Amino acid sequence: MAAVKETIDQVKTIDVDQYKYGFETNIESVKAPKGLDESTVRYISAKKGEPEWMLNWRLEAFARWKAMTEPTWAKVHYPKIDFQDLYYYAAPKSTEGPKSLDEVDPELLRMYEKLGVPLKEREILAGVQSTKVAVDAVFDSVSVVTTFKEELKKAGVIFCSISEAIREYPELVKKYLGSVVPQSDNFYAALNSAVFSDGSFVYVPEGVRCPMELSTYFRINEKQTGQFERTLIIADRGAHVSYLEGCTAPTRDENQLHAAVVELVALDDAEIKYSTVQNWYPGDKDGKGGIYNFVTKRGDCRGHNSKISWTQVETGSAITWKYPSCILRGDYSRGEFYSIAVSNGYQQVDSGTKMIHLGKNSSSRIISKGIAAGHSQNTYRGLVSAHRKATGVRNFTNCDSLLIGDKCGAHTVPYIEAKNSSAHFEHEATTSKISDDMLFYCMQRGLSEEEAVALVVNGFVRDVLQHLPMEFMAETQKLIGISLEGSVG
Amino acid sequence: MLEIKNLHVKLADEDRVILKGVDLVVPKGEVHAIMGPNGSGKSTLSYVIAGRDGYEVTEGDILWNGESVLGMEPDERAAKGVFLAFQYPMEIPGVAGLTFLRTALNALRKKRGEDEMNTAAFMKLVKEKGAKLNIDVEMLKRPVNVGFSGGEKKRSEILQMAMLEPTLCVLDETDSGLDIDALRVVSEGVNALRSKDRAFLVITHYQRLLNHIVPDKVHVLANGRIQKTGGKELALELEKLGYAGFTGKAA
Repeated sequence: MAAVKETIDQVKTIDVDQYKYGFETNIESVKAPKGLDESTVRYISAKKGEPEWMLNWRLEAFARWKAMTEPTWAKVHYPKIDFQDLYYYAAPKSTEGPKSLDEVDPELLRMYEKLGVPLKEREILAGVQSTKVAVDAVFDSVSVVTTFKEELKKAGVIFCSISEAIREYPELVKKYLGSVVPQSDNFYAALNSAVFSDGSFVYVPEGVRCPMELSTYFRINEKQTGQFERTLIIADRGAHVSYLEGCTAPTRDENQLHAAVVELVALDDAEIKYSTVQNWYPGDKDGKGGIYNFVTKRGDCRGHNSKISWTQVETGSAITWKYPSCILRGDYSRGEFYSIAVSNGYQQVDSGTKMIHLGKNSSSRIISKGIAAGHSQNTYRGLVSAHRKATGVRNFTNCDSLLIGDKCGAHTVPYIEAKNSSAHFEHEATTSKISDDMLFYCMQRGLSEEEAVALVVNGFVRDVLQHLPMEFMAETQKLIGISLEGSVG
Repeated sequence: MLEIKNLHVKLADEDRVILKGVDLVVPKGEVHAIMGPNGSGKSTLSYVIAGRDGYEVTEGDILWNGESVLGMEPDERAAKGVFLAFQYPMEIPGVAGLTFLRTALNALRKKRGEDEMNTAAFMKLVKEKGAKLNIDVEMLKRPVNVGFSGGEKKRSEILQMAMLEPTLCVLDETDSGLDIDALRVVSEGVNALRSKDRAFLVITHYQRLLNHIVPDKVHVLANGRIQKTGGKELALELEKLGYAGFTGKAA
């Protein structure tokens, strides 16, 4: 049975790979004591075996963070977070967690079922702790992962964890880390800089078009990057990369506070496309629990004619505070932001983008679709600005909100600052409600009320869906339908 | 067989009574027309059959194949074969006609315990049925009813009817907004669906439509009740004399 033998060998290779690249195997399963002070930062850095310069960078960030206060301008409400009552470091593989799918929340399993997630993947997503499961799961995607790594290596693309990058590619990390989102950028970015756990690092060398979509999904050996994720993606001159973050299936997570930082750097003629599907636990039907998601994502179109495109589908989390932005520094650079934000129950979303035009003839495009249902609040907050020396810049913004029911809210807060008279900014915004007539029409044709809502909403977000990578589109449509379950009637 | 028995309907939010004891029987295989002046309750009748919110049945019943539909959701009624061709079909931005048709068809099949229709079979069917109504696939790639002309909307309604193959077809003023050519195409589409297993209720103001879709019976609805029932010649009579004799005032 050659095929079986081959598979077993491949799995072994993966195991070795995991040992080699998987950082978690080097760490004992321990938690740092609760609370945050300088020693916590030192502890984390030491646990990761980081060089001196990295520790100093973290300590600098921590010093800045201590002097900062939490931002309160967003339209979100939550009890005050006691930052001394949190754990800032836990080994990626703790022994807690369900032993099998039987112990997993049936509600979660029902969603996997609806999304059509393969059985093996469900176990990984639900955080089932069992080595056998891990190997089994690798079975299905084994060839994908190996060919994937080899092909990237051939192209010269570096795709690894940020911890590994700090050890293996210190010059690149030193040069770019914090160059888009400085340590002191904001309260949560400073916190992340001090205590970030792990994340992704991508470097695409000059003139290289990355041969495939890079996805966190395939990095199964680094599945628990924790609550303070740090991602850095660099596209050198003329390089091209598309990165996919997250997954439509809800992932089990013990940490309530998430504060990630993502930095993108595009040099001359380079292009980065960053897509996110976020579906973290939104809390129960009364709004209890749920993830707080305070994210800083920013791309720097540093080079001439560079391009950065953000696409996001936000359906989860109790609180979302997130503004993926573009600094359009290079002349003729382009920034794009396509967003679908769905909120139901008691979710609060305050999300949008910033397009900061510094380069001449730079252009940007914003398409935002907010859908609010239940008792949720959904805010689009965006800034479009033109520097006084930036001539010939253009922006087109379209913000549409859709309300389902009469207890939710949609808000649009656009800031537009043109300091150059040649700037050409367009802004369109609409707010509409799903009408009973539309639902009746669909139901008369045989759709249930929930199917009707899903159909109408998917039509509403179509302009944005088209910008998602193909394999995500169908899944996302289903996800939107599921997120809005129980929103009417 | 559709049986409407002593149907009394008021608006849910107001005290206004619209139907005051409608009695009507439409056997399978027959086409019945309902004519009447504005505000006589014709559209209300069609909505109540289909199960739209906003109306309250205070007395009477609607039976389809011997089963009361009043407690059913609109989609359950659709699964039982009830179809309403709307006077003003709704626009659904961003949803392509093909997607809408396929979603509806498969939702109905699922409710009836049948397998979903695959893409190839669906496309073949939609091309075939669309051709008869001068609807090509390009038109069905556009969002449902968005930017459609009056004629396109009505043809698209009839295509939906042809695809979903209901057994009770209620047509609410299908002739409104149609020019002569469109009226002919739509009528031919309806006539092609006439069969011994299907009942039609055709609601219209004008006799014109009934030249193309020839009814077995014509009912006059006025003041919330069926005032008169006759053969197709009743429509001609109404065309000549108007509804004045039924409303007590000049129409």
